Amino acid sequence: MSLTLEQVHRVAHLARIEISDGEAQNTLGQLNEIFSLIEAMQAVDTQGVEPMAHAQDVAQRLRADRVTEPGRIDQRSAFQEVAPETEAGLYLVPKVIE
Amino acid sequence: MITDSLQALARALATKEVSSVELTRQYLERIARHNPQLNAFISVDEANSLAQAGAADARLARGEGGPLTGIPIAHKDIFCAQGWLTTCGSKMLNNFVSPYDAAVIERFKRAGAVLLGKTNMDEFAMGSSNETSFYGPVKNPWNADCVPGGSSGGSAAAVAAGLTPAATGTDTGGSIRQPAALCNLTGMKPTYGLVSRYGMIAFASSLDQAGPLARSAADCALLLNAMAGFDERDSTSLERPREDYGQALTAAAGDRPLAGLKIGLPAEFFDQGCSPEVMQLVEAAIAEYRRLGAETVAVSLPSMQLSVAAYYVIAPAEASSNLARFDGVRYGYRAPAYHDLNDMYSKSRAQGFGAEVKRRILIGTYVLSHGYYDAYYLQAQRIRRLIAKDFAHAFQHCDVILGPTSPSTAFKLGEKAADPVQMYLSDIYTIAVNLAGLPALSIPCGFAGGLPAGLQLIGDYFTESRLLNVAHRYQQTSNWHLQRPAGFD
Repeated sequence: MSLTLEQVHRVAHLARIEISDGEAQNTLGQLNEIFSLIEAMQAVDTQGVEPMAHAQDVAQRLRADRVTEPGRIDQRSAFQEVAPETEAGLYLVPKVIE
Repeated sequence: MITDSLQALARALATKEVSSVELTRQYLERIARHNPQLNAFISVDEANSLAQAGAADARLARGEGGPLTGIPIAHKDIFCAQGWLTTCGSKMLNNFVSPYDAAVIERFKRAGAVLLGKTNMDEFAMGSSNETSFYGPVKNPWNADCVPGGSSGGSAAAVAAGLTPAATGTDTGGSIRQPAALCNLTGMKPTYGLVSRYGMIAFASSLDQAGPLARSAADCALLLNAMAGFDERDSTSLERPREDYGQALTAAAGDRPLAGLKIGLPAEFFDQGCSPEVMQLVEAAIAEYRRLGAETVAVSLPSMQLSVAAYYVIAPAEASSNLARFDGVRYGYRAPAYHDLNDMYSKSRAQGFGAEVKRRILIGTYVLSHGYYDAYYLQAQRIRRLIAKDFAHAFQHCDVILGPTSPSTAFKLGEKAADPVQMYLSDIYTIAVNLAGLPALSIPCGFAGGLPAGLQLIGDYFTESRLLNVAHRYQQTSNWHLQRPAGFD
């Protein structure tokens, strides 16, 4: 299997990573090499094998719907201190609705 | 003092032979002297560390100290630590001062250990040489032209050069064990779920596991005692009875302390292009294990050859999802100029991530995209099952599995940096363990051309105590782990 330049641009768009034509060309070669390594998987007959998502076969725990960090509820300012741009407790982004 | 074990340091602190402030200052001075050459640390905060040391001294004076109270420990810069710059080796987090502590950091704080600094690493833990770090490569203390391994390369170089008594790392495909092997250290990846991932910046969540990097199995046992434990904030944290991982190490034993132990030797570890020099050292270690009373049996892990392929689908897939959070909105880097929201995302991510991280996000996005999911992601998960079954089958015939950690000793800086596939293949012996979720460790087993080689021991789920004991018994009759690089006295 071999990727096309168009597919690289498409995937970069899906991943929201800006990519120039030159970078895409370079990336295409590298991805194709990596995929030729990955292709080894396709020769294996895995019919009837259950996919393994996790090392430990355990169910998700449930907990009561209550505040679990009393005294640490209002951490908005601490968390927003590391944000690129905030105002009045809100995160600022470019306008999305005209 | 820099050659002392953690136990010896604890004793010196308890008997007031040295204070934590003195000890911490000594290591900070060593960092100031040697780090410009090694680049093992990204952040050092002398005032912060010395304040913690002062608090530890007060705690020791009150007689409330534990085995790690007052001992300086360096942490991989993947662990969020409140008030500390936490970069994960990336420009994306170059300005991120964490507002909270990771569970691992909390647990070391509770134990009274001193946070000595944050260590360099491959960007978002994606690499096997520490060359993908935004903060520049780390040099191997054994040879400054060589890589220390990765991704926990800064932690490994720092411990090897005696800039810290011990350090933490994380291991998604070998990132603790491989640098341990390349820097002559003992490094352990515990069973998946044993150490909380809370506050540990996620790479591939079903594989990531934190563990210790130190100079002996005994030191690793003390560190694991502090790190392991249930945490309800990590949905895959396991509830287990408390265990003292050092207990087995202190049991009295005769000349053949490992009598009755069955060591499995998988054919796949011994015919897959391991360098002859490393293989010779591994064979010598096997002979030593027989002298210690262990018996060896042949086992097979036929699906292991597919582990690199399956890993480079599963890990990038999970990474592409985990790293979607870095969008320039809530934290991290934001591009200086853009024309709308999507452009802000795309430019922030293009400028904030390095080449290897972008490559893996693209692979992950592709294999998860419409029409390819079954052929790649699902197939990789099925192969993951086959690999786990191979191990389960092997452990019906043996107690531990032994082989090399890495196919070679440390390679040269730049040697594999331009060839991702060659870099990926350097983790051939470590990746299968993460896919299965098993515990494993690497211990020093000798030198080739002045560079250390590592021996890997793999155990069944939750057999950390046994693994550490098997490593410890070897370290009681060998002195490879006591060798230190020249120029760091």
